[in-house]
Amino acid sequence: MTINEVQQEIIDEFAILGDDRESTIFYIMELGQKLDPLPEADMLDDNLIKGCQSKVWLTTELSDGNIRFHADSNTDITKGLISLLIRVLDNRPPDEVVDADLHFIEAIGMSNVIGSQRSNGFASMIKQMKLYALAYKSKIEMNN
Amino acid sequence: MQETSQVKYTFDPKAIRAAFPVLDQEVNGKPLIYFDNAATNQKPGRVVKALTDYYEQDNANIHRGVHALAERATNAYEATRKAVQDLIHSAEAEEVIFTKGTSESINLVAQAWGSANLKAGDEVIISTLEHHSNIVPWQMLCERTGAILRVIPINDAGDLLMEEYDKLLSEKTKIVSVNYVSNSLGTINPVEEIIQKAHAQGAVVMLDAAQAIPHLRIDVQKLNVDFMAFSSHKIYGPTGVGILYGKRKHLEAMPPYQGGGEMIAEVTFEKTTYNEIPYKFEAGTPNIADVVALNEAISFMQELGIEQIAAYEEELMQHANKVLGAVPGMRPVGTAAQKASVYSFLIEGMHPFDIGMMLDARGIAVRTGHHCTQPLMARLGIEGTVRASFAVYNTKEEIDALAEGLHKIAKLAGHS
Repeated sequence: MTINEVQQEIIDEFAILGDDRESTIFYIMELGQKLDPLPEADMLDDNLIKGCQSKVWLTTELSDGNIRFHADSNTDITKGLISLLIRVLDNRPPDEVVDADLHFIEAIGMSNVIGSQRSNGFASMIKQMKLYALAYKSKIEMNN
Repeated sequence: MQETSQVKYTFDPKAIRAAFPVLDQEVNGKPLIYFDNAATNQKPGRVVKALTDYYEQDNANIHRGVHALAERATNAYEATRKAVQDLIHSAEAEEVIFTKGTSESINLVAQAWGSANLKAGDEVIISTLEHHSNIVPWQMLCERTGAILRVIPINDAGDLLMEEYDKLLSEKTKIVSVNYVSNSLGTINPVEEIIQKAHAQGAVVMLDAAQAIPHLRIDVQKLNVDFMAFSSHKIYGPTGVGILYGKRKHLEAMPPYQGGGEMIAEVTFEKTTYNEIPYKFEAGTPNIADVVALNEAISFMQELGIEQIAAYEEELMQHANKVLGAVPGMRPVGTAAQKASVYSFLIEGMHPFDIGMMLDARGIAVRTGHHCTQPLMARLGIEGTVRASFAVYNTKEEIDALAEGLHKIAKLAGHS
C-alpha cells in the first residue's frame, strides 16, 4: 500500500469511532498495547526523542534500501501514537519518508483528541523520524 | 483530621456546588467533575462579582490618594488584610503582607530574612515532602551564604520521621521550613511539635500552609510560628495573591525585599528610609482587585465554617478511600494516618498521563505527574502519580463517577 492508502485506512478507522473522545483514546491505547516492545538494551537515553513529556525510544535501521522504525514508550497512549506513525512510514525508502505529507493527523482531528502538550510531543516524533530518513537518504546519495 | 472529626456539617453540598458558575458545564459531553483542587480551586460567583464590582465601581490606586475612589479602594484593600488577620488569628493586621503567591512569600523570607541571618556553616532544615517552591529558594540561599540544607526523611506511608528530625536539629539550625500539608500526598505534618523543637534550639520556623489553609483552622499565635505562606487561589479566591504572615519582631528586623514606591518613608538621592510594616514589603502598586476579591472568598469560608468544611471533606476522603481503594490494581500513594483532601494513586501497569487523559475524556479533571515534588517522587521510587483532590463543592456521587472511570481503565490495564 502507498503512504496515502495507509493514511486513508487510518482515517476510515477513526471515522467509525466518531466524536467519542473516550472511545478514540481507548482505541489509541489498544494500538499501543499491540506495538512490539523494544529490546531493553535499546531503551537508552541516546534513543529518547527530545520534546516528549513521556519517554519515547526510537531506533532505526536500513534494510534492503528501506528504513525500519522500532519504538517504545512508557505510556500506552504514546505507544499508540507512534504505532500509527510506524504503520504509515515503516519499511519505505527514506526519500518517501522525508517527503511524506501526513495529512491523516489533521483529518482525524488528532490535536483535539490528545491535547496541545501531547500534540507537541507527537510533532517531535514525526520530526525525529524524518530526520533519520533524511540522514539515510544523504548516506545513500553519497554512496551512489 | 482527628481534631475535626467530631464536627458534623450542616450545609447542603449541592447548594454550595450551585454557587460556583464554572462547575455548571460539560466537558467532552459529560458534566464537569473538578478534582484538581490542590492545584487551584474554583471561585464562587460572589468572588467573581467582587472582582467585577471593584473594577466597575471603585478602581483607583491605593494609599496617598485624597479622592473618593482612592479612599474606597484603599479601605477595601486594607479590609482584606483584616480578614486575613481574622482567618489566621494573627496578633496584628500589620503582620499580614500581600505577595503574588506562596512562592513569592517563601522567596521573600529566604531573601530578606535569610540574607540577614545566615552565614556559612549554618543549617536550614526542610523535609522530603516539600514542593519545589519550598526547596529551591533555600537552595539558592544556601548557595549564596554557604549554609547547609538538611532534609527530614519520610517513611513509605509519607509520614515525616520525627526521630530523624530530632537528630538534624542542632545549634547550627537557623530556620526550619516545612509544609503543613503535603500537596502530593495530603500528609498533615505535626507542625506544633516541629515548631516547639525548633524553637528549643533557637531556630525560627516557616510554614508553607498553601495546602493546609483550605482544609484546617490555623491559629498562628497558638502555633507560635514565625512565618507562614499561603495563596488566595487555593481558598476560593483569585490567582495572583499570596500571603506572608510574619511575627512583627522578625518583619521589623528584616531588610526590604524589593525597592520601589509604597515601601519607602522618605527618598533622597543620598539615602532612603523605609516605610513601616507591612508596606515595607509591598513595593509598587499591588494586585489591588484580586486582594479585594479575596475578602469575599474568606467570607465564603468563614460563613460555612472551616471546621464544617473540614468535616465534610473528611467524609469525602473516607468515601474515596472506600470506593477508589476497591478499584482492581489500585495503589494509593501516601497513606499517612493524618491526611487532608488528597487521594494520590497509581494503577499498576498504566501510566498516570494515560489515566489522566482517559478521565478527562469522561469530564473528570485530575492532576498527573510529579506535582512539583520531584525529590519526593524519587524517594518513593516513582515518576509521578494521579492526584484527585477534593474541595467543599465536590460530592460522593462525583467520587463514584471517578471510581467507575477507573474500573474501566483498570480493565484495560489487564486487572479484573
